[in-house]
Amino acid sequence: MNVGVVVFPGSNCDRDMYHVLSDVFNLNAQYCWHDKPLPENLDAVVLPGGFSYGDRLRAGVIAANSPIIQDVKKIAEKGLPILGVCNGFQILVESGLLPGVLLKNDSLNFMCEWTNLIVENNKTPFTNQFELNQKIPIPIANGEGRYYVDDDTLKTLEEKNQIVFKYDKVVNGSLNQIAGVCNEDGNVVGMMPHPERAVESEINPQDNEPSSLIFESLLKKAGIEN
Amino acid sequence: MSLESHELEELKTKIGRNPTSTELQIVAAEWSEHCSYKSSKKHLKMLPMDGPLVINEKGYDSGVLDVGDGYVVTAHIESHNHPSAVEPYGGAATGVGGVIRDILSAGTRPIALLDGLRFGNIENDKHAKWLFKNAVTGIADYGNCLGIPTVGGEVEFDECYKNYAMVDVAAIGFGKKENLIKNHAKKGDLVVLLGGATGRDGIGGSQFASDSLETEDRSAVQIPDPFIEKLIIEAILEARNEQLIHAMKDLGGGGLSCAVSETADALDIGIEMDVEKVHIRESDMHSDEIMISESQERMLIVTDNEKLIKLRKICEKFRIECSVIGHVTFDNKMHVKKGETSIANISTDIVANATLLDLPSRKPVYLENLETAKSFPQLSDYSETLMKLLGSPNIASKIWVYSQYDHEVGIRTVTKPGHDASVLRLDNGKSLSIKIDGNPKQCYINPREGAIGCFEEACRNVVCTGAKPIGMLDHLQFGNPNDPEIFWTFLESLKGLTDFAKDFEIPCVGGKVSLYNETSDGPIKPTPVIGVIGLIDKKPLRIQKITSGNSLIMIGETKDELGGSEYSEYVHKFIGGKCPSVDFTESKKNMSSVLEIIENKLIKSAHDCSKGGLAIAISELCMTNQIGCNISLEKIPGEKLDSDKILFSESHSRYLITFEKENIQNLEEILKKHNVSYSVIGEFTGDSIQFSNDSKPIIDLSVDKAQETWFNSLREMVLRA
Repeated sequence: MNVGVVVFPGSNCDRDMYHVLSDVFNLNAQYCWHDKPLPENLDAVVLPGGFSYGDRLRAGVIAANSPIIQDVKKIAEKGLPILGVCNGFQILVESGLLPGVLLKNDSLNFMCEWTNLIVENNKTPFTNQFELNQKIPIPIANGEGRYYVDDDTLKTLEEKNQIVFKYDKVVNGSLNQIAGVCNEDGNVVGMMPHPERAVESEINPQDNEPSSLIFESLLKKAGIEN
Repeated sequence: MSLESHELEELKTKIGRNPTSTELQIVAAEWSEHCSYKSSKKHLKMLPMDGPLVINEKGYDSGVLDVGDGYVVTAHIESHNHPSAVEPYGGAATGVGGVIRDILSAGTRPIALLDGLRFGNIENDKHAKWLFKNAVTGIADYGNCLGIPTVGGEVEFDECYKNYAMVDVAAIGFGKKENLIKNHAKKGDLVVLLGGATGRDGIGGSQFASDSLETEDRSAVQIPDPFIEKLIIEAILEARNEQLIHAMKDLGGGGLSCAVSETADALDIGIEMDVEKVHIRESDMHSDEIMISESQERMLIVTDNEKLIKLRKICEKFRIECSVIGHVTFDNKMHVKKGETSIANISTDIVANATLLDLPSRKPVYLENLETAKSFPQLSDYSETLMKLLGSPNIASKIWVYSQYDHEVGIRTVTKPGHDASVLRLDNGKSLSIKIDGNPKQCYINPREGAIGCFEEACRNVVCTGAKPIGMLDHLQFGNPNDPEIFWTFLESLKGLTDFAKDFEIPCVGGKVSLYNETSDGPIKPTPVIGVIGLIDKKPLRIQKITSGNSLIMIGETKDELGGSEYSEYVHKFIGGKCPSVDFTESKKNMSSVLEIIENKLIKSAHDCSKGGLAIAISELCMTNQIGCNISLEKIPGEKLDSDKILFSESHSRYLITFEKENIQNLEEILKKHNVSYSVIGEFTGDSIQFSNDSKPIIDLSVDKAQETWFNSLREMVLRA
């Protein structure tokens, strides 16, 4: 399975994500530098975290307007799995691939801490191995991670089962404690917490099995038994 | 901002003529205390700097340690005190940026940051609060953006930092030994300036930092841009992989003047450069300003014509500027031109090597006047005192600080902030343990023992993770060295560190001296900050949650040493008393025994006993594990002492070991073999922190209540207007 890891100037979780995809889950990961077209052979795309363009103007907005996003959109239309983590999620909402916005945390501070996610939708290519309501210990690290949508959109999200993850308690003021959403088709998923920081037991002080299911779901989707 | 008159005379004698205005600026920057270490250099040589793992290469700005299997770790420590005291956000951020480039210039990727922050009394000084809050944001915004985890550090408040800020940043790098930059140059090589444009920020920064802080010269403070720094890191590492770099140096204090002269001097070459080739931010900059600007995010690279083509391609990829500003000559001169006009032409040896001073020293009068023995009135309620200490600024949890730093990025952080030392996994299966420690309260009442204590404490912290100390970073921060009494405290601290380093065979791999740390209110207390790097060959101690019925062993003796303790200063407002001192023999065997019991996987956790003493260390275990305890003070190893001394003395070489009862025999076997002083002092149980003395209860505090105060008090102090 070929997974593209899109790298913008200022991305900083690209190497971590690459390591997890290739060394932990034996996927064929490749870096995709932002100013080149995406390779034709990709089966999935990950937009990793970081500070693309130094978060100038607004987190994710400059990257969302760069040419490679047109290629990402084409892949999304084909129905292939796309995952945006942290800044990757911010880029996906800024580009219109996902609904909503990510506002400054209500503490107004950057927050780095371990939290728990609850799986709300286990039908996406990144959650198909979870039980509904399963708990995932996972770290967040962001300054602008407070998810927000207007009432009408929220209703649509709920009706169309587009809320993928919620926090198990109030963390940063996110609307309805939303931590991750997907598009209507469910193939594009964005989440603020960092699964790539939680899948190895060595660096996970709690349980690394649940977060690993995010990547195992992707393998399952591709029909690969790990 | 210029040379002293005798220095000007010296310069004239050395070059045999009057210096040009550019030469004056260059030499003034380079001969400043900040760049030249002229007051301290003579004495720093006493520190042991070699060891079996140390790799020495000319021109490195960071220490290099061989961690086996073809990998190296680099380490460095810097401070940005003066700038942070004026503009805490930019000062602290650029402090991070500078030390990262020192790591980068050896050809290694920065993988971790630690920061030591010190301010005035945060409880009642609004300015201290403002400085603290903004310095933390500055560090967070810079480090987080770069994707380099801030994995540890320390925060301390003391009246001596009133209207001042101490911002120390240590950085750790990692890479392959074969990728280290072997600083060299050949005739005709090009000198390239890469990175951010040179502007008017940070003009004269190094001279500004070489005087006491009496004016707020904001133009001397550099402006941070972490995005450019991130691009530089990636570009340089790509250039390193393609072997395009012959030699490299970061532009820090003294700007181009310092980088060019020091590179030339270290490589035994000359450099001819043209200021008109430097890419600048403002079109009307004067040549002298270009030479001494301390604009950030710039690197000086020596390469050749052929490699330059590839280097330019990499710069284009990352959209960063790179200018060829000159070339290598072999006359050992730093020749600066503006177009065709020569504006400075001077031997690099003269520029880079200020005449070293041998300043007079004298034991300070204040030390004679400090009361050495003092007994405090009997406490009526120990629980209340413990609670007061748990909520005090220096003891309260620093979670408000470290939760603003991304400490996970890079996916190496095995042991997170909030523990004794931070542990990072390395690519060869080994782990690195790091910690920085300072203790100005103890260093003030005894500069020698205080400094040794900082060193031993940092060692204890890494030992608690199962790591053997392999290198030390020292950051020596004092007031004006021309005051013989201050210089005496500097020398005492340095001698103490040297004795410990030699005896424990821990080489000093990097360091920094920061002098003139004073304001109109006076000098700071002696503030050496010591970083210790430990290596774990096998797996680090995986800290397990303490559960009911687990036992607690204390290793090391508690002594009558309340001097400089939080109890003495915060509770009784008393400065003086007997400073804790380290018994080298006891220290060594305690360390070895802890390492052996960790290696044999006999324990759940090991915790150092330091700031706040035994009562605080045990409370920390209870609060972080959400469990109560039952401790008998009469079982604490050491001579018979009053309860307050046992609870709050900050004696060194002490460890708290939590274990499952079934391991007691194996544990005791090792402890007896090492002949250490130890005792089982109690167990974990229930939901309150309980201490008794001779079966008489003296402390009973609910864990929930303690936790709430300890976790929240710092944040509340900062946010309360």
